[in-house]
Amino acid sequence: MKELILKVNNELRSVYVESNEILLDVLREKLGIKSPKCGCERGDCGACTVLLDGKAVRSCLVLAVEAEGHSITTVEGISAEKLSALQESFIQFNSFQCGYCAPGIILAVTELLEKHPKPSLEEIKESIAGNLCRCTGYTPIFDAIMDLTKGDK
Amino acid sequence: MKDYKYIGTDVTRIDALEKISGAAIYGDDIDFGANLLHAELVQSTMAHAIIKSIDISEALKVKGVYKIFTGKDFPYKFGLYMKDRYIFAQDKVRFVGEQIAAVIAFSPGAAKRAAELVKVEYEALPAVLDQMEALKDDTALLHPELADYPHVPWFFPKPGTNIAHWRKTRKGDLDKGFSEADFILEDTYQVPRYAHCAIETHVAVGKFDHSGRLTVWSSSQSPHTQRHLFAEALGLSHKDVRVIAPHVGGGFGGKAGVTMEIIPAALATKLKGYAVKLRYSREQEFINTYQRLGVVAKIKMGVKKDGTITALDHKIYWDAGAYVEYGANVVNAVGLSAIGPYRIHNVSIDSVCVYTNLPPGGAYRGFGYSEMLFGLESHITRIANELGLDQIEFRRKNAIKAGDLTAYGAKMNPNGLIECIDKVQQAIEWGKKPSSNDPTKVIGQGFSLFWKAPAMPPNASSSAFLKFNEDATINLIISGMDIGQGYQTVMAQIAAEILSVPPGKIRVETPDTDRNPYEWQTVASHITWSSGNAVKKAALDAREQILSLINRVYHYPIDELYLEDEAVKCQTDPAFLLPLKNFVVDGIMTRDGTFKGGPINARGMFMPEFSSTNGDPETSQGGHPNVHYTVGAAALNLEIDRETGKMRVLKAALAIDAGKALNPDLVRGQITGGLLQGLATVLYEDMRYNDKGKLLNPNFTDYKIPTSMDVPDEIIPIIVEVPQPDGPFGARGIGEHTMLPAAPMIANAVEDALGIRIKEMPITAEKVALAVLNKDKQ
Repeated sequence: MKELILKVNNELRSVYVESNEILLDVLREKLGIKSPKCGCERGDCGACTVLLDGKAVRSCLVLAVEAEGHSITTVEGISAEKLSALQESFIQFNSFQCGYCAPGIILAVTELLEKHPKPSLEEIKESIAGNLCRCTGYTPIFDAIMDLTKGDK
Repeated sequence: MKDYKYIGTDVTRIDALEKISGAAIYGDDIDFGANLLHAELVQSTMAHAIIKSIDISEALKVKGVYKIFTGKDFPYKFGLYMKDRYIFAQDKVRFVGEQIAAVIAFSPGAAKRAAELVKVEYEALPAVLDQMEALKDDTALLHPELADYPHVPWFFPKPGTNIAHWRKTRKGDLDKGFSEADFILEDTYQVPRYAHCAIETHVAVGKFDHSGRLTVWSSSQSPHTQRHLFAEALGLSHKDVRVIAPHVGGGFGGKAGVTMEIIPAALATKLKGYAVKLRYSREQEFINTYQRLGVVAKIKMGVKKDGTITALDHKIYWDAGAYVEYGANVVNAVGLSAIGPYRIHNVSIDSVCVYTNLPPGGAYRGFGYSEMLFGLESHITRIANELGLDQIEFRRKNAIKAGDLTAYGAKMNPNGLIECIDKVQQAIEWGKKPSSNDPTKVIGQGFSLFWKAPAMPPNASSSAFLKFNEDATINLIISGMDIGQGYQTVMAQIAAEILSVPPGKIRVETPDTDRNPYEWQTVASHITWSSGNAVKKAALDAREQILSLINRVYHYPIDELYLEDEAVKCQTDPAFLLPLKNFVVDGIMTRDGTFKGGPINARGMFMPEFSSTNGDPETSQGGHPNVHYTVGAAALNLEIDRETGKMRVLKAALAIDAGKALNPDLVRGQITGGLLQGLATVLYEDMRYNDKGKLLNPNFTDYKIPTSMDVPDEIIPIIVEVPQPDGPFGARGIGEHTMLPAAPMIANAVEDALGIRIKEMPITAEKVALAVLNKDKQ
């Protein structure tokens, strides 16, 4: 066991971890942050996506010890003050059904919009190509992002 | 058309905020504290074998291991429609992956390490991996005790064979029908097994407390059915079994009934005071929940020159797996409905449920109709082409209408099938397919009809409680599951419409069987219809209580009172307006200072009292096994690269008769989502087994489900509304249906583009490229 100081959603948290523990398990089981979900444990599905210094990563493929010294953001952090415009748009467009993949997709698109405030449909598709959604057929997710980023909004 | 305030409007989901903010709690998100134990399964490596011995001695030495249980500890059978399954394998294993033992440990890692050290000694039996092999006389029997298995009265197992159920449907005179035909086409179609691939794997936690009460937290479509089966199998009273179902991360039929949930439920009874969790890995999710059944379908259809279908002989052989307690009802449902949405007078259907040494088949969105329609709708297009008829005209001519008799002799419900056909034909611009500028690419058009009825026991019911709060917000207490389809939102809309309270002021929670009233299961696309009727009745009950109170206090006649904008108003006295929040809990103060009324609590219940399974076993004539059918049509333009076989859906149109779309945006959501799931089964997915019955692709690297890059370029969702007479505001279910036409549409479009008919799913790029090569060689 090693003590880590992790910066999660702009707060410093102390946690004891084994060197082989993955970030996903530490966030969920030791820090009580439950929005990153487990879907495959091998980086295929993207449900465990978190932002590491603003970059979307799969927390099932990151060791907790590797995250020390980096800033970790989950959907809890994004929603802390008020919902982001992206989240509001997802609500308006009924963009999710079961909601299990939603936290991961919100973070993947958050990263995209930081880099490309007006993405093309192709860029949107590519940004979430690693986040599987079995319910929606993705179309309502595209619609919400396209609507949000069109024109002067 | 009636003017509604909330019904038929695009209300945003009432669960959206929870799900979008990360607040929604799913099964694996619940904390259980220090007394949580973790279970890991020891699973069979053999497809069919006698268990000679189980050695747990090495496993018990692993640090952190608490106990190990095997089949001896739980000699209990269970099953939804047929009790052919054990909680743990007893003397035999019947598929690779079947649970033999469970290691209980204080950490998941210790449980997993120890499970690998449990040594099982087997004596191999011949493995039966194909349903057609399983039907041969000299094949090994999977269930020699079949005659002793309790089952519902509408199943007809054949002891001494591998046939678990044989649904026979006979109508008219088949020989006469074929003798009247000018053309007969006979062929065989095959469909492999598929996996649901909900992104959340199954998880369940059981806790048996020191007072003898069992609580199970379960990612489930069926909390009440689970409670019932747990109570039955474990010999507990229903009052002492409680199932709590949090948000579900996708179901698609995979979380219907009972599969792995019974394991932690049973383990808990021997681990008093602890909570014990079983969470499936993705690999276990593929191997040991339900799978969609595999199919070999033999179709013989006779047609007159003018396009009238005269006879259909449809034989469907289902690879139902090692246990068929739920899967046999898939076979049953299709055995009643394998005429498709057509008027055919001379019919013979044999739908045969066959045991194989593969994982148990069960409910999967579409409940067998996708598998059946792949063959039938391929066949329909081929016959039209052979006769030189337009395939849409051919379908329109034979399309079933309200009042026509189904294969089992009941009358078809009102439906908008012709309107669906017309609208899809128009939307896809049938006959005017685009051409590609790229010489390696060709474009084909495909068309398909679809239909499906809920498959459920005749007494499957729904119920609802509704209670007002002080501020006239509402808690609607129901037990269907929002598995993503938008159930909670639509139920809130129904109550909102009747009580004039906006849906956003109605809270619908996920169920707890101790507090929420009975619901059969969230399956069969019946929940909008059935639970919707119960909610409507509960809301009407509340309204009646409210209006009666106003009548008692203010003496306005009840038929002059109405609800509008969260208040009671009176038609004959425009000055009268009493906000609901003034009295729905606290009552109304009268002149002498006393109060009348009190909290408004209401209830509603629905059971389809006209349904029955009393059909003749040899013909299926006589009963009323299906409550109604939902119908529709779909078409697409498919671009195919002749060199690589890669296919791209340029445009797809799907029309469905929702009866009344209570929330059109949610219906459109089912269309875009279901269509892609259907396209995936034909273009990308299939479960590959080796010759030992081991699944070769139990992960998302090797079993490809669609990503955002695989979406059709354009989808045109079309809603048709021919009201369902007994539906809430005319609604009927649409959730499963949207994936039904995908596979035959692709097969039909491939033939249109390339002149190649593919009769075995899936139709992958590889298969198409090879077929083109073969054709070019000839």
